[in-house]
Amino acid sequence: MKKRLLASALGAAVLFFVWLAAAEMVRLPIVPSPLLVASKLGEIFFGTIAIHGAYSLGRIFAGLLCAVVVGLPVGLWMGWSRRADRLLSPLVYLTYPTPKIALLPIVMLLFGIGDTSKTILLFLILVFQIVVAVRDAVRAIPEEVFYPLASLGANFRVMLWEILLPASLPKFMTAIRVAMATAISVLFFTETFGTQYGMGYFIMDAWLRVNYLEMYAGIVVLSGMGLALFGALDLAERYFCRWQKNG
Amino acid sequence: MIRVSHLSAFYDGAGKDKNERVTALEDLSLEVPKGGTCAIIGPSGCGKSTLLRILAGIASNYEGEVSVAGASVDPKALSIGFIPQNYGLLPWKTVRDNIRLSWKVKHPESPVPPDEKSMLARLGVDAELLSRFPRELSGGQQQRASLARAFLLRPDVLLMDEPFSALDAITREEMQEVFFELWRAQAVTAVIVTHDIEEALYLGQSVVVLSPAPGSVSAVLDNPYFARRETSGDFAAEKARLRSWLTGKGAPV
Repeated sequence: MKKRLLASALGAAVLFFVWLAAAEMVRLPIVPSPLLVASKLGEIFFGTIAIHGAYSLGRIFAGLLCAVVVGLPVGLWMGWSRRADRLLSPLVYLTYPTPKIALLPIVMLLFGIGDTSKTILLFLILVFQIVVAVRDAVRAIPEEVFYPLASLGANFRVMLWEILLPASLPKFMTAIRVAMATAISVLFFTETFGTQYGMGYFIMDAWLRVNYLEMYAGIVVLSGMGLALFGALDLAERYFCRWQKNG
Repeated sequence: MIRVSHLSAFYDGAGKDKNERVTALEDLSLEVPKGGTCAIIGPSGCGKSTLLRILAGIASNYEGEVSVAGASVDPKALSIGFIPQNYGLLPWKTVRDNIRLSWKVKHPESPVPPDEKSMLARLGVDAELLSRFPRELSGGQQQRASLARAFLLRPDVLLMDEPFSALDAITREEMQEVFFELWRAQAVTAVIVTHDIEEALYLGQSVVVLSPAPGSVSAVLDNPYFARRETSGDFAAEKARLRSWLTGKGAPV
């Protein structure tokens, strides 16, 4: 753990110096020094950026929550019941490879350009990943794992709680982590219109106002948000899945 | 007691003959008296494990009569202790949660088995071991946890599928002793499936020999060697000597 933190710090330091060197060499307003960006960030973080960040985070969590509430039961059901799988997998497989961002115009036509369609788009990106991962995880449980509980006459609720959920948790967490990167970039895109709040709006707005310091500060914060989400998911996975090898 | 009469079991064919019904067991009858042990041996693929799954109430694709304690097998009504080949511990649960699982499923209102402490002491499972996950245990330790879980349930019947076959010789003998100790204390009716003839002779009051697939009973032996380790004769003496070296309880001379 200590080693990982050290490696991360080293990576950040390298990035910082590369940026600094680039700024010193170019000496143009489009590549401001990281020190200037940092001081700008300190200046406007609590008054401005934090609010935009909160909006973006709120949308991510709303989308994630909906995706888990729908995706987890559907994935469990498809993994458990052959019939459910036969019924639903054509639908999942037809829609799975579609880049969800391409659905943006339709979603916006149907649900307007407000928060609803932003959340729905995040939901669409996350939910298929969750469904497929959970279904595969449940399917991969060897039959013998159920025997001791089946011989006790355990009902489905017990099987669900003691076997299906814990067995599918690692793949479930990995799916969220993988889909999260896409989700954040799509969120950025959707926030460039139909709203006056969110990191996407803030960055693009600063760009249009030719305020490069604010633009860079926004990019730094958005990257930090992504990193924090990723790290939190990583930590949660390490804790809840510590029973696994290299867990 | 366990009574099986004219049991035939089937499974669906794999591959080309998917719709063909394959017979795993054919016209099999046997009886295990209450509190007795029965060892079942037979060539691999003869349907030993299928028989055990039917006794456990997991498999239902069979014809004939199977009764435990006078009623047909019902995992909800009975307490069935089932120890599968790989010990059946759930990898995501600590040893403590694994050991409590069977009791908890049967008694959701009091999730801690009443004689847990004495059982753990008897099996030599200490606190440090309890908080580990199964993958961090040796085979013998997993088997201890599995036996603890089964016996804490105070089962009506105990079914074991090759319970000791993955263990090294010394650990196997040790675990067989542990099993006997627990079995004597609870006098539970036990069926043990094994491919090891010596183990069958040691653990089974009766030994049932199954024929190659489809399995049916080809011989039943009332076993006079039950719970006896061969201690007389040159061969046994040599074995004992080697064992004492191996376990470090004696020095080579």
